[in-house]
Amino acid sequence: MSVDAAPTDPVQGSPSGAGPTSGVGPASGAGQPDAATAQRALRESAERERLEQLLEESRNIRGVSLWQDAWRRLKRNRVAIFSLWLLATVALLAFITPLLPLQSPVDKDLQNRRFLPPNLAAAHLGDRPSLQFADNRLTAELAEFETRIAELRSEAAQIVDPAAREKRMVEIDQRVEVDHPFHQLWHDLGPVSWAMVQVRIAIFGDWAIPSIFGTDDLGRDLLARVFWGARVSLIVGLVATLVSLVIGVSYGAIAGYFGGVIDAAMMRIVDLLYSIPFIFVVIFVLTFLEDDKTKAYLESVGVSRMTIFYLLIGAIYWLTMSRVVRGQVLSLRHEQFIEAARTIGAPQGRIIFRHLVPNVLGIVIVYMTLTIPAVMLFEAFLSFLGIGVEPPDVSWGLLMDEGVKALSSVKTFWWLALFPGLAMAMTLFALNFLGDGLRDALDPRMKNRD
Amino acid sequence: MQDLASYLLKRLGWMLLTLWAVFTLSFVLMRSVPGNPFDGERAVAPAIRRQLEARYNMDGTPLEQYRQALGNLVFHGDLGWSMKLEDYSVAQVIAEGFPISASLAIFALVFAVILGVTAGVISAVRRGSVADVGMMSAAVLGIAIPNFVLASLAILLFVFLIPIFPAAGWGTFRQILLPAICLGLPVAAYIARLTRTGMLEVLGRDYVRTAAAKGLSKRTIVLRHALPGALLPVVSYLGPATASVLTGSLVLEKIFALPGMGSHFVNSALQRDFTLSMGMVLTYTVLLFTMNTIVDISYAIIDPRVKMQ
Repeated sequence: MSVDAAPTDPVQGSPSGAGPTSGVGPASGAGQPDAATAQRALRESAERERLEQLLEESRNIRGVSLWQDAWRRLKRNRVAIFSLWLLATVALLAFITPLLPLQSPVDKDLQNRRFLPPNLAAAHLGDRPSLQFADNRLTAELAEFETRIAELRSEAAQIVDPAAREKRMVEIDQRVEVDHPFHQLWHDLGPVSWAMVQVRIAIFGDWAIPSIFGTDDLGRDLLARVFWGARVSLIVGLVATLVSLVIGVSYGAIAGYFGGVIDAAMMRIVDLLYSIPFIFVVIFVLTFLEDDKTKAYLESVGVSRMTIFYLLIGAIYWLTMSRVVRGQVLSLRHEQFIEAARTIGAPQGRIIFRHLVPNVLGIVIVYMTLTIPAVMLFEAFLSFLGIGVEPPDVSWGLLMDEGVKALSSVKTFWWLALFPGLAMAMTLFALNFLGDGLRDALDPRMKNRD
Repeated sequence: MQDLASYLLKRLGWMLLTLWAVFTLSFVLMRSVPGNPFDGERAVAPAIRRQLEARYNMDGTPLEQYRQALGNLVFHGDLGWSMKLEDYSVAQVIAEGFPISASLAIFALVFAVILGVTAGVISAVRRGSVADVGMMSAAVLGIAIPNFVLASLAILLFVFLIPIFPAAGWGTFRQILLPAICLGLPVAAYIARLTRTGMLEVLGRDYVRTAAAKGLSKRTIVLRHALPGALLPVVSYLGPATASVLTGSLVLEKIFALPGMGSHFVNSALQRDFTLSMGMVLTYTVLLFTMNTIVDISYAIIDPRVKMQ
């Protein structure tokens, strides 16, 4: 590579170098012999040709970047690639959960459907009689609901007084919001999920996948709960890890870059934080958030308890990340490209975040794939202690906690523990294997070793 | 030796600083949490409430309370009375729970290190064999399963299906065994993986080849020459391992109904038992700090290149 690189540099410089020569040429060349000029032009063009030929050759040689190289090695690792596909599938399924023909994850049936073992009995949305849906079907109920609302609207449209009409319209809108049949089958759908559920009903109608995972102690379909739980568990893992990433990488990079007293002080703080039992802080902050007044205030600002939950978990997982990044940055900060950046006057923030951080990304990604499982386990742990995700929201940790409580020597409802456990174990497995594969792939010592 | 003494002295200073920081942070957190330990189903008469507040050092401005609580702790070593457990001082609760939690944690750690290192060494030496693949899959399983699921399954299996362990209780060795194993397994899994990676790296080094060339037995090479070098990452993991064992014991003490500190730790925070939670947090901080210090020292002993500072 270095042999090719040397001649290419003058060629790249030549357009700007040739510019002045040809520009100056005619003006100053008037008094010079033509032969010399012609000869020089000839020599120049020959030189340029040679260089361009070299450039052409070097263009054909593809340099392999660290990432391409790592990707090539990763592709050879079957387990890691399988894990990658598996994770992509799980993430995609979790994202499109509202589109899938699942039963309701929150609708309880205490009379007929408690602790049903896995079965293939047909299931339809809205078929529980006590929901009192028209025809015992969601679609029929939806149609009826819409005609009712349309009637109300046309009645309201005939009101003459504009103020009264406006008021009536607002009332109807509120009623749509409160009484919509979706609220009985799903909890707290966001706008995207709401639209997705509508699409799902347009495609599949009332049909839903039978309870092939069985039902839980309140008669809810476990399959649907595992899918909806995946959304929360994955989001917790991802968001909390990203938060820890942002804090840890910035902190570590700054400490490593500045070094000296700043580094020592910042790392002492990390040492100090290592000795704090953070679970205690988490419990306290979460109980603090449970207070009604605090909740109402947070909701008025637009922050839900779950958001704080993500941020909180993220905020306690950054310590190791910052240490790892600092170590890497310490070894990088005297490299020539950093000196070069400093020489051309790049500000320190730019050096840290544009030049140093991208170079430690490899190890950061590896560490990230190993932090996500840890965070997901921590969420399960909090759910077990009763301070994690709150019903009717559902997560894998919560499901496993419910499943474990249904395990007893008297009557074993094994499916309640098995399926959520499998889902979580599968995801964590895949993350661990992918993390291992990435570490091997990004390890420069593994280069050219087959 | 002088090195060690000055190092320990320095660490002690840092521990005091950490404890003070934890104390302050916890104090601020507790006083900003809505709800009062004396809020109950029934409203307490104002006179009684005043007396309660006086007894538990909750009258006066927050700053006065802080000063008094810190003063009591520093000058008398007094953590006060538990607000919820009647007639128990915080020191008593800790004195009762500490030996149980500590012995559980020590058993779990010892078990984890022995099992993890053995499994890691075997799978590194027999790389690619059935034993290696089997044990490493088991290790990933151990890392991927939450310990409360593991403990529940273990109870179901070894207490009810095959009754070889007692269901609950505390005191005899057999009663400690099952919770300690459940607590130690995830840590053992992690240690096994660390040991395997470390061993594989060391086994490829020149000095190991030299040892083999000298004609030493494989056993000597692995145990005397390779293992100490491979254990460095394991030793540095022991600090975080302690933390995970301590948090894990919160769960296991609940599942196995053990009378340790773990249950108090969560309950006191949930019930706003301010004095007891303060005692718990400080105890856990001391435990973690001590363990980290021991790890650092042993690191310096194993690897002479590391200097204590």
